Amino acid sequence: MTISLLYALVGVVLLGIGLYSLVIYSHLVKKILALNVAGSGVFLFLVATAAQTTGPVPDPVPHAMVLTGIVVAVSATALALALACRIHQVTGTARLTENEPE
Amino acid sequence: MSRENEDSLTSRTIKMMAAISVLALTSVLGWTVWTLPPFSDRMQRLVASNMAISGVENPVTAVLLNFRGYDTLLEIGVLLLAALGVFSAVPSPVILSKSTPSPILNLLLRLLLPFIILIGGYILWIGKYAPGGAFQAGAILAAGGILLSTAAVPFNRFALKTMPFAMGIGLVTFIVVALATMMVRGNFLQYPVAQAGTLILVIEAAATISISIILTILFIGGNPDASITAKDENSKASIIDKGNTTK
Repeated sequence: MTISLLYALVGVVLLGIGLYSLVIYSHLVKKILALNVAGSGVFLFLVATAAQTTGPVPDPVPHAMVLTGIVVAVSATALALALACRIHQVTGTARLTENEPE
Repeated sequence: MSRENEDSLTSRTIKMMAAISVLALTSVLGWTVWTLPPFSDRMQRLVASNMAISGVENPVTAVLLNFRGYDTLLEIGVLLLAALGVFSAVPSPVILSKSTPSPILNLLLRLLLPFIILIGGYILWIGKYAPGGAFQAGAILAAGGILLSTAAVPFNRFALKTMPFAMGIGLVTFIVVALATMMVRGNFLQYPVAQAGTLILVIEAAATISISIILTILFIGGNPDASITAKDENSKASIIDKGNTTK
């Protein structure tokens, strides 16, 4: 087992943890954090598999993709947090509830 | 198991189902990754054989700013959209208006800020030859901006006024260069070989400024220009806040 394969498997596990938390928790900030963990798993997987080529050095194309992806993930997280703030301001809670807020 | 707080919206059975399905998905993915054959180096060889006309020597920068410049152009657009989204969701910045100056952070800033700017410029420049470039440099400069706002150093009026406009510099420069190359070469974002390095550096410098300002604004959470009026109406706003929370 090569070290890059280990990194790729860790990426898959992170994706699983993120998806599970996304479903389980109702608090919006926890959901946003869960999405971030899942996203980090995907980035780790992409970067790790870029090293598993037949070529001598890692493939630069996935690396450039991940660099783009990280920046987009950061800005999407900031927007999501701002929306969560707004939801808290308007409804008084940052949770998703099954019942109508009183 | 004992942690049965109100955090869990879902019942235990739904939790179990989620755990089982995520576990199944993770194992299938894990098995697939484990048995994955090594990828062919076709893309790699394509990049390597075109490095001479890219204008830079770092393959990641070449892919990012030349071969797949489209992605990066759209990405800077996404950053700008996110900042505008934050502007409309949160009317005035969360951080700037509520904090008081801290002497310790002030001292730290005096020591760190010159190095942050220096390293930001260096990382931008080195992107041509080695790992580095606009995004890394922008992130480092944004760290300086975030330190400034957590230390509650008052941004001057000019900075507050220009920051919202400076966010667009990267995207505007990128589009101008793309359109200019279209006029000269007939293709969107296809740089002339001799000027490719210079054009990439120009785009990256503008993008660095935009990225650092946008990341700082995303951290402080809102339009910094609005903090001028927010401060004037601070007392009024706090009364409205109280009225909201009691309801």
